[in-house]
Amino acid sequence: MIPAQFEYVAPTTLEDALQALSEAGDAKIIAGGQSLLPVLRMRLNAPEVVIDLGRIESLRGVRDDGDAIVIGAMTRHADVLTDPLVRENAFVITKAVEVLADPQVRHRGTFGGALAHADPAGDLGAPALALDAEFVVAGQGGTRTVAAEDFFVDLFTTALEDTEILTEVRIPKRAGWGAHYEKFVRVAHQWPIVAVAAAVRVEGGTIAEARVGLTNMGSTPLRARAVEQALVGQPATDEAVRAAAASAAEGTNPPSDLNGDADYRRHLATVLTRRAVLAAAGA
Amino acid sequence: MTVTEEAAAPQIGQERRRKEDQRLITGRTRWTDNIVLNGMLHLAMVRSPYAHARITNIETAEAKAMPNVVTVLTGADVAEEQGSLPNAWPITEDQKAPPHPSIAVDRVAFAGEIVAVVVARTAAEARDAADLVDVDYEELPPALDLKEAAEDKTLAHPDLGTNKSAFWQFDSADAGTGGSVDEAIEAARRDGILIEREYRQQRLIPAFMEPRSVVCDPTGEQLTVWSATQVPHFVRFFIAVVLGVPESKVRVIAPDVGGGFGGKLQFTPEEAITVVVARRLGKPCKYTETRSESLMSGHHGRDQWQRLTLAATKDGTVTGLKVDLLADMGAYLGLVTSGIPILGAFMFNGIYKFPAYQFNCTNVFTNKTWTDAYRGAGRPEATYAIERMMTELAAEVGVDPLEIRERNWIKHEEFPFSTVAGLEYDTGNYEAATEKAKRLFGYDELRAEQQRRRDAKDPVQLGIGVSTFTEMCGLAPSRVLGSLRYAAGGWEHASVRMLATGKVEVVTGASAHGQGHETAFSQIVADRLGVPFEDVEVLHGDTQIAHKGLDTYGSRSLTVGGEALVKAADKVVEKAKPIAAHLLEASVDDIEFRQGRFGVRGTDKGLGIAEIALATFAAHDFPEGVEPTLDSDATYDPVNFSFPHGTHLCAMEIDTETGGVTMRKYVCVDDVGTVINPLIVAGQVHGGLVQGIAQALWEEAVYDDSGTLVSASFVDYLVPTAADTISYGVSHTTTPSITNTLGTKGVGEAGTIASTPAVVNAVVDALRPFGVIDVRMPCTPERIYKAIHARDGADTGGAPTVGAAGPHFDEADTADRTAGNDSTDQNGSSL
Repeated sequence: MIPAQFEYVAPTTLEDALQALSEAGDAKIIAGGQSLLPVLRMRLNAPEVVIDLGRIESLRGVRDDGDAIVIGAMTRHADVLTDPLVRENAFVITKAVEVLADPQVRHRGTFGGALAHADPAGDLGAPALALDAEFVVAGQGGTRTVAAEDFFVDLFTTALEDTEILTEVRIPKRAGWGAHYEKFVRVAHQWPIVAVAAAVRVEGGTIAEARVGLTNMGSTPLRARAVEQALVGQPATDEAVRAAAASAAEGTNPPSDLNGDADYRRHLATVLTRRAVLAAAGA
Repeated sequence: MTVTEEAAAPQIGQERRRKEDQRLITGRTRWTDNIVLNGMLHLAMVRSPYAHARITNIETAEAKAMPNVVTVLTGADVAEEQGSLPNAWPITEDQKAPPHPSIAVDRVAFAGEIVAVVVARTAAEARDAADLVDVDYEELPPALDLKEAAEDKTLAHPDLGTNKSAFWQFDSADAGTGGSVDEAIEAARRDGILIEREYRQQRLIPAFMEPRSVVCDPTGEQLTVWSATQVPHFVRFFIAVVLGVPESKVRVIAPDVGGGFGGKLQFTPEEAITVVVARRLGKPCKYTETRSESLMSGHHGRDQWQRLTLAATKDGTVTGLKVDLLADMGAYLGLVTSGIPILGAFMFNGIYKFPAYQFNCTNVFTNKTWTDAYRGAGRPEATYAIERMMTELAAEVGVDPLEIRERNWIKHEEFPFSTVAGLEYDTGNYEAATEKAKRLFGYDELRAEQQRRRDAKDPVQLGIGVSTFTEMCGLAPSRVLGSLRYAAGGWEHASVRMLATGKVEVVTGASAHGQGHETAFSQIVADRLGVPFEDVEVLHGDTQIAHKGLDTYGSRSLTVGGEALVKAADKVVEKAKPIAAHLLEASVDDIEFRQGRFGVRGTDKGLGIAEIALATFAAHDFPEGVEPTLDSDATYDPVNFSFPHGTHLCAMEIDTETGGVTMRKYVCVDDVGTVINPLIVAGQVHGGLVQGIAQALWEEAVYDDSGTLVSASFVDYLVPTAADTISYGVSHTTTPSITNTLGTKGVGEAGTIASTPAVVNAVVDALRPFGVIDVRMPCTPERIYKAIHARDGADTGGAPTVGAAGPHFDEADTADRTAGNDSTDQNGSSL
């Protein structure tokens, strides 16, 4: 299908991109294009200007920043997947990217683009939220940092202003944590019906810390705080984790669609949370 | 002159790589959408967002004023010339059908129906302008639910006065092929087993890879039309009869076509519109659908409710089968819409010896996209029903599903066998295929593992599904088609042309769209004429080259088209014999043809076929009164269908905590007769399996309450990819068909027909200890989870099967076996 006409600009610096964004009346940022292009082609959106960030080198790559790692917004999923810093310090991200869409999408789509798109069924929101990631946002007036908790506002809606660009995501290091992303789908390339991101720190068979994020259980990624609290101090056994995971659906508001109604998703959340936590704990 | 070439190994049976693949997979070929002609205009369609509405006004001025827009045409603008799209299969004399304009004139009957066409100099400009065509609709209540539509609660076409298009019946007592089914049912009710079930065949979308596309060039003496179609000859015929162009002035070309699965067995509104617009403007025009348009408005498949009654004796010998179908036509009758369920009428009895049979089908209109052929067309529905029912019978009797089948199937020594549905199965060996499949599958070991998992209350349960199918394919004997009121015949045409250099051109009326005809047909001709495989060129898909043909569908190309080819090649040999005799100065009675050489019996004298071809080309030294040509053609009308069969075994693991399904193992042993090319057959089986498995597990076209297609993209219409498949165990037994020279049977649809019930039987088998006797397709994790937990208070999300078991049943067989659950519903739960 053919998109409506738009103007296309591909700046090489962030400053030029911000300038173009502030000048355009109705613009969309294109990163990897894996979500935007279908939207344009199906004419669900018809922006006047499309600003391509693909030529801005500074937005690409993963770097070590002391107590955090920083993933550039334009880093492709395939590069995140193989990055040793991510694997060592934010393993749940690696696990989520491993099952994100398909190889073609992983080689075009970007880390920041997927997060800024804020699809509640996207695979990166729950891990980012669980790890207390910080979103670095640039505007013409400078940069600001938004906590993951505040970044996801609603369905396809983030704290980004119209004139702002997500430049990088800072993730506090959690070396030595076990992690797992348990994704439930009917066919491999499908958006998750429900998925659970779990990262745990186990000390001598006991769960010392736990972080659990839920995908597609509401209009934004959600944190399963009740589960996290219940897990702390528990042995990493099926029985204990099962009991803690029982509250996984607390405070969620999952959708009902062709793949399952809300009740079924709530049930799935408890099963998948148990499995994710046990896998993360290596149990 | 003597030829002393070494005898070449036969080509038939060789795993030849497909000739056509290099151009296809390297992108060197030219699809319809790649065709660019000077001055070509582009079309974009304006489609109704409503399922049922009156068109009160169409404002086109704004669209017409857009840059490079040539014109905008509405249904009213072309009402005189567009005619009505054809239905070639009026199944009854009094079949009801609404007129079917390509562009709706005053009323739309499904969401996606075309209401206007925009013509512009580029496709983008046409699309932009299409968004500006302003159509006023007055919404009408849509008929959406098939069962409600059958009760005429809301009329899809108010002028018809009913939604029922036709009622069609086959009764074995009336036909003299068997007894009275009602008597069999009464007897079973008194003193036997009676199984009643209702199954849903969900609506599917063909989802071929290449969207449909059409180009029409009206600037020559002839109208030339390129179309991504399975049926160029049909399209030519219908351009003539629907649009009033003399048939001799129409040339239709199907270039390389990227899949069809029945979805391109159609004369489409878009084809008609493109021709109408091109003729009106005198300019070449192109239309290529978007994927969204393809899913929404290309014809759909299946969509039936099946009420089934199976009667048997207490020991599980079948005594009768009664079938009551409701078949959803959608909004219109397309090319063969009305006949699709009827193709199943002869297959519900499957491979079993039913003494009595009755088939009733009511075709019903709704305000949805029309249905039509989709891989298997009527036969997957029938096979699903009987293979599910035989499995239910086994459960009632309390024996293995393979055992109940063996008690009832036609034994190999009983062929040829006249069935209760009036067909004559020529050959088959169900015992051999089943035995081999059991061995390859490790049937007994998997049954033992299943028991262990049941005993251990393993959260992951194992189910084993069986499907021992047959099908009728190789469409079709023209007499049979005539007796079913089908408008066309079922023959196929082929020509073999010997070129001066010894190369061979083969022309077939079949029209490949992914099947590999060029390779398989070359193998056949290479063997038949004793020429190298590489020397054979197969031409097809252009009505000017292949002037006669009935195209490709219904697993017919090899069994019908291949036989025509054999007959044409044999005529070449017969024509060459007197020429060889003349050149060799021998009597024609002494000429023997073997492996490309015409020899004189009892001597070492002989001539190669290429030498005869050259001598014929020159015609300098030729026998008196013999025409200087070897070229031959043949039109073959099959005497019978072909009846491939096979045994498919499937093991499914069911995660009882989530309802998730994982295929553990799949083995099929298909008997497709003589195999020309094992590689192509394996490809057909693999692809067919995946398509059938997809119906069981993934695919479903879903409409919302207003008649909008919800599964309108591949986000929601779940077509599997390679990542969702396992390695299938594909094997064969070979019982050659005796109705054609080569002994071939069709294979294009076999995998799709057989696999769906194998998978669902496996799912139900895993869940039977939970009291589950059915899961509606697609067997989604949610449906499975709810079926498992229906007894502990979860919402089932669906009504239980009505009247599933007679009062004589031993309750233990269907009762919930989970601890602490008192079964009050002996019918079991059903979703």
